[in-house]
Amino acid sequence: MDQQLLNALAIFLLAILVGFEVISKVPATLHTPLMSGANSIHGIVLVGAMLIAAAADDPLSYVLAFVAVAFGAANVVGGYVVTDRMLQMFRRRETPAKPKAE
Amino acid sequence: MTPEAINTLVFFAWLAGAAAFVLGLHQMNSPATARNGNRLSAAGMAVAVIATLVYLLARPGGVSSIGLVIIGVGIVIGGGAGLYLARTVKMTAMPQLVSLFNAVGGGAAALVAIDDFLRVVGTEEETISTTIFVVLGVVIGCVTFTGSLVASGKLQGLVPGRPISFAGSQLLTISLAIVAIGGTVLLVAGAAGMVAMSSAVTILVLAAIIVAALVFGITMVLPIGGADMPVVISLLNSFTGTAAAMAGFVINNPVLIIAGALVGASGAILTKLMADAMNRSIGNILVGGFGTGDSGSSTAGAGGDASVREVSPDDVAIQLAYAQHVIVVPGYGLAVAQAQHAVRELAELLESRGVDVKYAIHPVAGRMPGHMNVLLAEANVPYPQLKEMEEINPEFSRADVALVIGANDVTNPAARSDPGSPIYGMPILDVDQAKSVVVLKRSMGKGYAGIDNPLYADPKTGMLFADAREGLEQLVAAVKQV
Repeated sequence: MDQQLLNALAIFLLAILVGFEVISKVPATLHTPLMSGANSIHGIVLVGAMLIAAAADDPLSYVLAFVAVAFGAANVVGGYVVTDRMLQMFRRRETPAKPKAE
Repeated sequence: MTPEAINTLVFFAWLAGAAAFVLGLHQMNSPATARNGNRLSAAGMAVAVIATLVYLLARPGGVSSIGLVIIGVGIVIGGGAGLYLARTVKMTAMPQLVSLFNAVGGGAAALVAIDDFLRVVGTEEETISTTIFVVLGVVIGCVTFTGSLVASGKLQGLVPGRPISFAGSQLLTISLAIVAIGGTVLLVAGAAGMVAMSSAVTILVLAAIIVAALVFGITMVLPIGGADMPVVISLLNSFTGTAAAMAGFVINNPVLIIAGALVGASGAILTKLMADAMNRSIGNILVGGFGTGDSGSSTAGAGGDASVREVSPDDVAIQLAYAQHVIVVPGYGLAVAQAQHAVRELAELLESRGVDVKYAIHPVAGRMPGHMNVLLAEANVPYPQLKEMEEINPEFSRADVALVIGANDVTNPAARSDPGSPIYGMPILDVDQAKSVVVLKRSMGKGYAGIDNPLYADPKTGMLFADAREGLEQLVAAVKQV
């Protein structure tokens, strides 16, 4: 295997471990927003879609790339906006009583 | 700047985006920082996308004008549609929208992998490793695409929420798996040069894999009941992350690999947390067959269960107005009736009379964990009044009235006492410990799990049959009269 692939595999493994650690002890209240937030992050596939769009050179790949870009953009924009709408609800008017959900 | 310097800067921008995803996701662990976390993650995404655009424009040769049009129009149309849906969706319909966004994300990942494979097929770039990552990306992405669409359809009511199975479904699933695995082996063997295949045949094999994966997504989610959909969506969310990471391997892009792996892993943990909150195992859920998903639409009135006591809004109003401690138990019925504002009005009215009002939030109240908190917060219910299950359960014995609004299975004492019940062992709210119970629901219809609730037959339980919002409005009017 070439060095580039090995490096990519190392990054992949470490990112998986980070993913396992980064969320823990989440109050159930936040399960849905958290899922929606993670959902927006995989919209990063938009970057991949842009790269293939730039490399497209025949009608089929134009179509595939176009659909991929549109799908990715919908995932990114919609995902972040709907997550923000959910989380907006948690903004309380200066209630000092901070719930224990740490 | 030299192209090389620009490439370095773009790479750093991608890394910054990836770091923002990790930190943002971590901040979403706690209510206080969650909104910032989401914004940080969005900023990281913006940086990554802009950096990609810079990279494409600045590289030698740049981008063809068709490429630019595809990117520009695609982002405007897709982003516009996403923005429109995200801003206009009712909070009650939000879970199916998240599932829809997940579907298109998985679809995009599959398309990236397919497109790249079409480019390399027949060239020396068609290596074993590329082929493996393409197939993984395509299979996972396609399964997620159709699976999430079915899940979304079930929540929206376009597809029946009840578990759907048909004769030969297992045989179909096995055949699909054989096609996918056999096709993969064939493609890898072709890439390794062990089997001689023309490009056309290779593409046909990939097409067969795509079709098998798309159908598999449907057959995987159809037999799962509506009650388990949140966990399924979370699982598919994790799949999409993995598909994005595979697409990252295919096109050799680190930010896709990092972000995809991050979502794949954290999504898996989240799925486990959600399944635990519902006392269900993921394996159990995937086998399917639990939950009707069509709540409260069956027989109206007391039906065969003659032993329930029906009460009028006026009776309940008096009970509530002279109580000291009232615990409100909101459920999905409250959400569908959009009654969150009415319940807040009733609570404020009671508080102005000196009644202590709290809300008991079951971890899976509503359609998804945390859904109910969002709905009540939208109606400006003070956050400190919302109590999680462990916190509120000891308080039920001190409550004069427990007002159950459109909640069913999460109050079912059979989960504690009847080992034969399908929901046995599920953590429930101990509503039956309250001095008296009022259940506001439309009918004697069964809940999500499709089972009887002995709570309704309890002598201290009064049933108020009404739509959640109408019932609450009647209660508000009646309490004002007291």
